[in-house]
Amino acid sequence: MSIIRYQPPQTLAFSGFDRLSNLRDELDTLFEMPFWSNFGRQSQLFSGWSPALDLYQNNDNVIARVELPGMRKEDIEISLHDGMLTINGERKSQTPEGDKAERTERYVGKFRRSISLPTQVDANKVTANYRDGILTITLPKAEEAKPKQIKVDVA
Amino acid sequence: METLVRENRNADQQRSEQLIMPAASVVEGDGAYILNVEMPGVNKEGLEISVENNELTIVGRRSLPQIEGTLIHCESRLENFRRVFELDPSIDTAKVSARIEQGVLTFTLPKAEQVKPRKITVS
Repeated sequence: MSIIRYQPPQTLAFSGFDRLSNLRDELDTLFEMPFWSNFGRQSQLFSGWSPALDLYQNNDNVIARVELPGMRKEDIEISLHDGMLTINGERKSQTPEGDKAERTERYVGKFRRSISLPTQVDANKVTANYRDGILTITLPKAEEAKPKQIKVDVA
Repeated sequence: METLVRENRNADQQRSEQLIMPAASVVEGDGAYILNVEMPGVNKEGLEISVENNELTIVGRRSLPQIEGTLIHCESRLENFRRVFELDPSIDTAKVSARIEQGVLTFTLPKAEQVKPRKITVS
């Protein structure tokens, strides 16, 4: 098997790729439906790294789980805006200078991942945990978004 | 030198369990190769590493805490990881060390003493 020499992912051969990736972001914001965000994820050619994201929902919380192996806690940023959860960050290269990279499959650099939440959440009570390369974000639902039981009185 | 840390994709292909190949990177330093394997959700307990006949086999099993609720959007894969590398003969397999940190398994594969570059002085 031949070995392909390492090429830094930052140096894009065509500056046009940058514009295309902007275009993709635009399209992503247009199509906020899960189907479309999933569809967009497949075009990793332009986005570089788009970490896998799972979303769960129960009566009290919306829980997001993101695969982010090998990050530093400080390099992960989570924000909530207008019902849209955004996770961004940067994975820094750990290759000491002068060393030869023989195989590079791991993405190094910045990433940004957004998903629209199914219900309103209480932004002040959001908690996040990073363990074994998995980021888990717990977003408690806003009171008005929680399912309510309505009792019917029989007269 | 041509051969480094090579991958062996043909090693026992018939397996009952569905396993996926984790992303990896190999860097050659002065005294050792550094191999990084990406295995999110795997911790120390879920790892199975063996070296046999110059073949390094890595199996990582995820231990993700169960989340209560309905899955409404899914992109991750549930399969465990497995990857096999063929080690260059210059690697001292007795001194291979590994550690896992935040889902990235890092191997240090030291080169044997006799292959390290040496300066020979002419007297």
